[in-house]
Amino acid sequence: MATAIPIATQRSATGIPTGKLALWWVIGSEIVIFGGLLASYLMMRLMYDSWSDAASHTNTVAGAINTFILLTSSLFAVLAHDAAERGKGPQAAGYLLLTIGGGLNFLVVKAIEWTGEISHGFTITTNTFWSFYYTACGLHGLHVIGGMICMGIIAFDAVRGKNLQRVEYIGLYWHFVDIVWIFLFPLIYIAK
Amino acid sequence: MSEGNAAHNHTGPGHHHHEPHAPSYYVKIWAVLLVLLIVSITGPMLGNKILTLITAFGIAVVKALIVAAFFMHLNVEKKYIWYVLLTMLAAVAIFYFGVAADVQKYNGSNWTKPASYKYDEDMKKAHEAGGHGGEHGAEHGAEAGATHGAAQ
Repeated sequence: MATAIPIATQRSATGIPTGKLALWWVIGSEIVIFGGLLASYLMMRLMYDSWSDAASHTNTVAGAINTFILLTSSLFAVLAHDAAERGKGPQAAGYLLLTIGGGLNFLVVKAIEWTGEISHGFTITTNTFWSFYYTACGLHGLHVIGGMICMGIIAFDAVRGKNLQRVEYIGLYWHFVDIVWIFLFPLIYIAK
Repeated sequence: MSEGNAAHNHTGPGHHHHEPHAPSYYVKIWAVLLVLLIVSITGPMLGNKILTLITAFGIAVVKALIVAAFFMHLNVEKKYIWYVLLTMLAAVAIFYFGVAADVQKYNGSNWTKPASYKYDEDMKKAHEAGGHGGEHGAEHGAEAGATHGAAQ
């Protein structure tokens, strides 16, 4: 008996594969989530000079290292997509594992950074700046973890040459997470 | 054939082909991004406010556009996707400009926000005292500063 193919995968009203279109809509909704958060930060930052003082305590080196890590993991994600386009499932899976490794490194640096901040008394309840810091970075970190889990599942399939189109989809998501960090970095770590 | 294989192998409906690139193409883009990262870190070190805005935030926009265009392939993606993304960005802009008029002012024609003054003053006092700049920092700033502030 043949496996049923969901109707959604066989039609494309926009000329874009349904799964990919759905992923773009996810990214669209994420723009509003992170955009709202960043816009709120911007308002408070421009309103209160004191936020500049609070921001002076953030760890720029950790932020820069994490930016480097995410940019590099984005390179691996696009190379995974490139390999999938060529039908090279195992190679795509390999690049996806490297991307997951980038995510792990990001989280390790973040954990070290947070440990330092908390040990110096800067917690989520210290003031509104630090509330924003932990909320924004925490939400972003959750997206990194979610992306790594999905990537692991997709890599498991990709190594056997299955569902290779999903390599591109998870790559799009990962690049978006990278872009969010690209904006968080100057806002939180550089503008002091 | 599985769902994935139907859509994949690029025989599925509406599949959009990207021009294949050698891996070195993406490595070059990554290298450009790293150069921009270095500029965005070193620029603000010069201490010029306008230069900081350009190097930190201007370059962030450029980096984001490069990632979107070349890693997410938006440069060859269908216009429909652009409309989706721009609509969402417009929603964020409406939120910002709708709310900022109130949030970013201490007072207007018929209103004031005394709590805002107090909040900012308390934060500044706590920072000057070497504390954490907490909402309760003004009272505890000196004490906190003795404990943690020196380490920063």
